[in-house]
Amino acid sequence: MSVFNLNVNGQQHQVDVDPSTPLLWVLRDNLKLVGTKYGCGIAQCGACTIHLDGIAMRSCQLPISTVGNRKVTTIEGLSENADHPVQKAWLEHDVPQCGYCQSGQIMSAVALLNSNPNPTDEQIDGAMDGNLCRCGTYTRIKKAIKTAAANS
Amino acid sequence: MTLIKTQYNRRSFLKVSAAAGGGMLIGFSWLTRCSPTGEKPVAPPSEWFDINGYIKIGDTGLVTIYSPNPEIGQNVRTSMPMIVAEELDVDWKNVVVEQAPLNTGFYQNQFAGGSLSIRLSWDALRMAGATGRMMLMMAAAKEWGADVSELVVEKGVIKEKNGERSVGYGAIAAKAVGIEVPEEVELKEPKDYQLIGKPTKNVEGKKIVTGKPLFGLDFQREGMLLAMIQHPPAFGMKVTGFNEDEIKSMPGVKDAFIIDTTIPEPGWSDTNAFPQLITIVGDSTWQLMNAKKAIKATYETVSPPENSAMHAAMLKEGVENGNVSRSRTDGDPDEAFAKATKIVERTYTSPFIAHNTLEPMNFFADVKEDSAELIGPTQSPESLERAVSKLLDMPIENITINMTRIGGGFGRRLYVHYGTEAAAISKKMGAPIKLIYTREDDMTQGSYRPAYQSTYKAGLDKYNNLVAFSVKGAGLPSSPVFPDRFPAGTVDHYFAGQIPLKTNITTAAWRAPRSHFTGPVEQAFLDEVAEAAGKDPIEFRLELFDRAINDPVGEKNDYDAERYAGVLKLVKEKANWGRNEPGVFRGVAAYFCHSTYVAEVLDLVMVNGQPKIKKVWAAVDCGIVVNPEGARNQIEGGILDGIGHAMYSAMTFENGKPQQDNFGKYQLMKHSQAPMEIKTFFVENEIAPTGLGEPGLPPAIGALANALYQATGKRYYHQPFATADQG
Repeated sequence: MSVFNLNVNGQQHQVDVDPSTPLLWVLRDNLKLVGTKYGCGIAQCGACTIHLDGIAMRSCQLPISTVGNRKVTTIEGLSENADHPVQKAWLEHDVPQCGYCQSGQIMSAVALLNSNPNPTDEQIDGAMDGNLCRCGTYTRIKKAIKTAAANS
Repeated sequence: MTLIKTQYNRRSFLKVSAAAGGGMLIGFSWLTRCSPTGEKPVAPPSEWFDINGYIKIGDTGLVTIYSPNPEIGQNVRTSMPMIVAEELDVDWKNVVVEQAPLNTGFYQNQFAGGSLSIRLSWDALRMAGATGRMMLMMAAAKEWGADVSELVVEKGVIKEKNGERSVGYGAIAAKAVGIEVPEEVELKEPKDYQLIGKPTKNVEGKKIVTGKPLFGLDFQREGMLLAMIQHPPAFGMKVTGFNEDEIKSMPGVKDAFIIDTTIPEPGWSDTNAFPQLITIVGDSTWQLMNAKKAIKATYETVSPPENSAMHAAMLKEGVENGNVSRSRTDGDPDEAFAKATKIVERTYTSPFIAHNTLEPMNFFADVKEDSAELIGPTQSPESLERAVSKLLDMPIENITINMTRIGGGFGRRLYVHYGTEAAAISKKMGAPIKLIYTREDDMTQGSYRPAYQSTYKAGLDKYNNLVAFSVKGAGLPSSPVFPDRFPAGTVDHYFAGQIPLKTNITTAAWRAPRSHFTGPVEQAFLDEVAEAAGKDPIEFRLELFDRAINDPVGEKNDYDAERYAGVLKLVKEKANWGRNEPGVFRGVAAYFCHSTYVAEVLDLVMVNGQPKIKKVWAAVDCGIVVNPEGARNQIEGGILDGIGHAMYSAMTFENGKPQQDNFGKYQLMKHSQAPMEIKTFFVENEIAPTGLGEPGLPPAIGALANALYQATGKRYYHQPFATADQG
């Protein structure tokens, strides 16, 4: 076990965990930030997507020991009241069905739009292909990303 | 005006009111709903009044509506309360929705399956709302010394028709609590609906997009331990022992043992290939995962291991020579085939596949000496309650089941083993625990969609009329054939036979059970028959429906031919069928299952030799559409689910061992493979509503197969289309 200092959503946290622990489980088990989801544990579904210094990463494959002092943003840190343009677009298009994958989808979409404010369909596919949705909301997600792009 | 007997009594209301309060025990913050339209609701009340088991009214006029059924993404947590709110006549912006706990004494059919939630609860939900409205009106009438007939309600405000006095629900609710439940109430006519039929956003949308703890896996309780299981690696194996001391000594492990979760007299929902499980308990997920990797176990073989080559041979032998368990014969098919001018005969297959709900199986259990509390994702809380009662030998009354929002169901969570496992582990530990499956546990546990093979045969006469039709379908284990469904009733000489087979791979209902195979393959086959007959595929089907409408063959045909033809005609019009755009390839299919009729047209283009689905049109007849927004979402989900699995997914086996254990080896549809656009149209009528979770799926696969043929000149008989050898 080792002590790590983490900056999550602008707040400093200290945790005492095994250095190999993926950030996903530190967020969920230690910090009780459960918006970041477990889906596969091998970075193949995207449900655990967070931002590390603004870059979308799969937190299930990110050992806590490698995070350092980079800034972690989770779905809980995106906005106080669901008013981030991407969250608003998600609500406007009533995207979620079961909703489980949507934290990860939103975090990937936000990272995409931060680096590319007006993505083409192909660029959206390229950035989002690693985020699986088992309910089939892909068509709405694409519309929501375009709406968010237009509104931000 | 529709009068309906309430069948309620005060006692049942009070009982459920007390139990419904238990919904709060889940401990999530429910009072955070804010209308997605941005409209502000009335202030939070200081006092709540139970009107009946579905409705609680606050002194400010805020209304809580309990949604009885599990929410798996089919959006019943929005649509069911909408029905209550419509009849209660309350402003939707002042409604807060809560999940009701399991209460078999009051609510009916608290499960999510068979696209039945709305269909089976339509009357009960309307009655609950209308009864509440009537009791509030009776309270106001009593207060004013007036007659109920002199009062009207508008959006939660009761007024005298002469306009003199008015009172809000919040102000009169305290008085309504003591009112005798009326024996009969009046229901609205569909033309008067203000909320039903209006596109309404998911009531939990905001919580979902902000990552609130809604799901079973998110549930936490003070003092709770975490548990993981390890089941044998192959079907037909049973655990006999493991390196218990080594595992117990690993960091973070509190205990490790083998549990036996065998249920006496198991029902279908207790299906489980592995009742004996290695269990590890601790308080950190990651430490448990590491301990799990260090397990060295011994197993014994309890039934012969199977593999995929063997399954293919069993299905082939089954269709060709297997025993038909149930069948239907009209006319003399053998003679008709002998006389036919043209015969088309084709064989179709689909593999075992997993449900792969994105939230893996999990459940919380707190078992004490004389009580058990379970909280988590289940499509069938009543089955779970029964199973836990048998497992613990505890009366049903001592067991409480609460339902979290569910991260995908698709039929998988109708099976309750993971809940009973949680109960067994909690009992053994004497502590509250949350059981968590890894993705690998989830994908290799079984409860798969069955594997199927069917052979279809059609005979045409010299005028290209369909004169003979037969289908024989085998399944591991259940047959996919529905003998009384279309095209039964449309052809004089007809045979349909079911051939069930045995396997030790456990199987389960999977979204649109059997229909997900039979619908598409029948529709792909009819496409080929229409082509052999030189007819347009839609006109060919409409001719068959004409026959079923005007002169049906046989007496028991499980569909309404006019509604079936209706969706085909609607999709034909909306998709502008007959229009040919260069480079765009079209397919059509229609299917009726789960009481809803759906026809779909699919357009695809070829990009670098790969099919890209440009657009899908869906025409749907589900009777009254409660929430068009949610309804469209369900149809879209069914289309993507059908196409994705038919194109890409399969579970295969070697020596009883599933060969796919995570998404690295098992392909689900990705963003880039989804249809670019979907347009859904609903037939407008006033028929009582039916379900939408499943019926959109089967025609999508049929339309895809038919469009792929147009694009490639090749017929697709074997799923998954992207990788299976098409022969």
